[in-house]
Amino acid sequence: MNFDDTPEEAAFRTEVRAWIDANAPKHLREPLSQAGFGSGPQGFDTMAEAKAWQKKKAEAGWACLHWPKEYGGRGATPIERVIWGQEEGVYSALGGTFIIGHGMCGPTMMTYASEDQKRRFLPPLAAGEEIWCQLFSEPAGGSDLAGLRTRAEPDGDDWIINGQKIWTSGAQYSDWGILITRTDPTVPKHKGMTMFFLDMRSPGIEIRPIKQANGQSGFNEVYFTDVRIPGAQRLGPVNGGWQVSLTTLMNERLSIGSGMSTGFPELLDLCCRIETPDGLAVDDRAVRSKLATWACRQSGLKYTGFRAISALSRGETPGPENSIGKLVAGPTMQEIATFALDLQAQAGVLVDPELAVATARFQAMLLRSPATRVEGGTDEILRNIIAERVLGLPADIRVDKDVPFNQIPTSAGR
Amino acid sequence: MNFEFSDEQKQLKTEARRFLEAKCPPKAVRAVLEGPEPFDRDLWKGLAEMGFLGVVIPEAYGGLGAGYLELCVVAEELGRVLAPVPFSSSVFLATEFLLVAGSEVQKQAWLPKLASGEAIGTFAFVEGNGPVTPRSIKTAASNNALTGTKLPVADGDIADFAIVAARTGAGGDERSISLFIVDLNADGVTRSAVETIDPTRSHARIDFKGAAAQPLGPTGEGWRIITEVFDRAAILTAFEQIGGADRALEMARDYALERMAFGRPIGSFQAIKHMLADMYVSATLARSNGYYGAWALSTGAAELPEAAATARVSATQAFQHCAKNNIQVHGGMGFTWAFDCHLFYRRSNLLALNLGSLSQWEDLLIARLRAKNAA
Repeated sequence: MNFDDTPEEAAFRTEVRAWIDANAPKHLREPLSQAGFGSGPQGFDTMAEAKAWQKKKAEAGWACLHWPKEYGGRGATPIERVIWGQEEGVYSALGGTFIIGHGMCGPTMMTYASEDQKRRFLPPLAAGEEIWCQLFSEPAGGSDLAGLRTRAEPDGDDWIINGQKIWTSGAQYSDWGILITRTDPTVPKHKGMTMFFLDMRSPGIEIRPIKQANGQSGFNEVYFTDVRIPGAQRLGPVNGGWQVSLTTLMNERLSIGSGMSTGFPELLDLCCRIETPDGLAVDDRAVRSKLATWACRQSGLKYTGFRAISALSRGETPGPENSIGKLVAGPTMQEIATFALDLQAQAGVLVDPELAVATARFQAMLLRSPATRVEGGTDEILRNIIAERVLGLPADIRVDKDVPFNQIPTSAGR
Repeated sequence: MNFEFSDEQKQLKTEARRFLEAKCPPKAVRAVLEGPEPFDRDLWKGLAEMGFLGVVIPEAYGGLGAGYLELCVVAEELGRVLAPVPFSSSVFLATEFLLVAGSEVQKQAWLPKLASGEAIGTFAFVEGNGPVTPRSIKTAASNNALTGTKLPVADGDIADFAIVAARTGAGGDERSISLFIVDLNADGVTRSAVETIDPTRSHARIDFKGAAAQPLGPTGEGWRIITEVFDRAAILTAFEQIGGADRALEMARDYALERMAFGRPIGSFQAIKHMLADMYVSATLARSNGYYGAWALSTGAAELPEAAATARVSATQAFQHCAKNNIQVHGGMGFTWAFDCHLFYRRSNLLALNLGSLSQWEDLLIARLRAKNAA
């Protein structure tokens, strides 16, 4: 048992490190490492810098390095990809704009698009020249994704789209998107959906930012009014969209070994500095007890990630233990933020970085953390997944399973 | 990165599991719970024959001369089956004390007997209520004779010898405590079994009245040695707890699949599924933290104290969580004497205290993280 690279891994790491050292945008290191939770890096044009870094990586073969070379990658192994991520470090924050495209849209196109389409779309996606978004969630279809109602109706060789999507990250600056639609409402819900990809500048698309509960706007609503999609842009069979979406969603759990943030190191630091009537907060046994629990969660996530990396290093598929990441990190971050404010007492209400403790980092965490417990699968959906796929418990009894979609009761009226 | 047990270690685990499933089924645990025997002598003999009592003892002293990763693997399997034997006292504590602080003569005298199971060793430390501190230890040594009372001492009634923590200085500081080896069958030692929350593991009260004692390690170094050995034992015990947590989770899962209510398996209700998913999360965090501890123990890394406290806190929480919710998933049946759920519940709460309480280890963990940050 050790944390060492194999000789091949060490050689690869040396190569990566040298390239990053020679090419990384070092003037951004400082602002990138200071970017707080819930607020992006300040003081530069994020989009321009992100695109420039991605382009540079692509030209040297370091973009989407696990993709095949002909589609813009370098055919790297999973462990090489992990090593790249470790070495890219703080600069990987520049890739946030491309996460959905690289992580979900790309793999879906890779599986279902034609060869010509793959050669046309994947290299610019890898290079950050074209940005992609994913149009899945709807007001009536979140956890119950298959409850979606956006319609696609055939018109000659084309399809006409009407409906609404929600929670679409980056829709406002995306060039392309993958879109799941309802094509047959007379069959049970999983059997009547079809997937497409489309030009986000097509006539009839309207994008409205969502003002979030924490005041920021990272997501959008996207409205479709008679939007036309060429038939060649269908992904997978007509009414076979559910299977296609599973490919997309499977790739959502890819961030192996990256270790989600919980805010624990920052909280420990705060507890060692903040004065209470009885001394430092950390001198209080009740405080230490809470800290210890969070320390163990943080450490447990880290070493669970290391176990996954070890599996990749041996050429194996990581085990199901990786599925706990967000389920642990999300609630922990919320608990930590709440407790950090409690330690600040009345002044904990302040959100001005100039006035609040730790540049209001914990206040930003408090206000953002509810989303962490919802996005990309709610805590409850994640527990279902663990219970069903890891522990082998029966699926929930679904009353709408065999009912034609247009006869399923809805919240709007029944 | 190779943060995983090797194929050989996994094979050892399979062997240990096969052996223990045959030799230590629930009815063997119940025999100790309900019968007059303080431990399972056949199992103890079998463990000795498998070499499991001397995994880390060098071959020169009759052990296997294997490493701590191998011992972690065996510990996990013993934890799964709630083995009713003095393994933790003899192997995690007495053996470790001798390996850490024993003189050559002491090692030669005891290690071969510990490896063969001929002798059982234990550690006599606690003296009644509350956390043990250098100040709270009253048992005193003078001229290599011990006087005082230790309560409770795990396996104190069946052990052949004990490592005893005793006062050798007047002050209340760590330097006032030293360690001694005491033959528990000698004059001046009386012992009586005491009942605990887990009768499958025997405990005793030991009274020393001028009992002959042989110093273990330098005078005044006792507390430092105890701290070192407890860190090692915490990691090994964590694996025992991880094994217990996993088994409790499996029992709950299996029952949720088979038990029908309201016309469906109770495992199809989200209330039950989510409880089981949370148990899986605890058990997984504990296992990963345990690996961290195992790595530190097997390599003698500088991170060992931090890793030990992390592994200990995480494993204690996980086993307690899984054992109590195992009863909950079983409903009323889980509270019957006949079902095995209470055996895991009892053991989880015994192991939560045997090396010091959860809150003591939480304190240690934070103190060690602070020290690291300050360095």
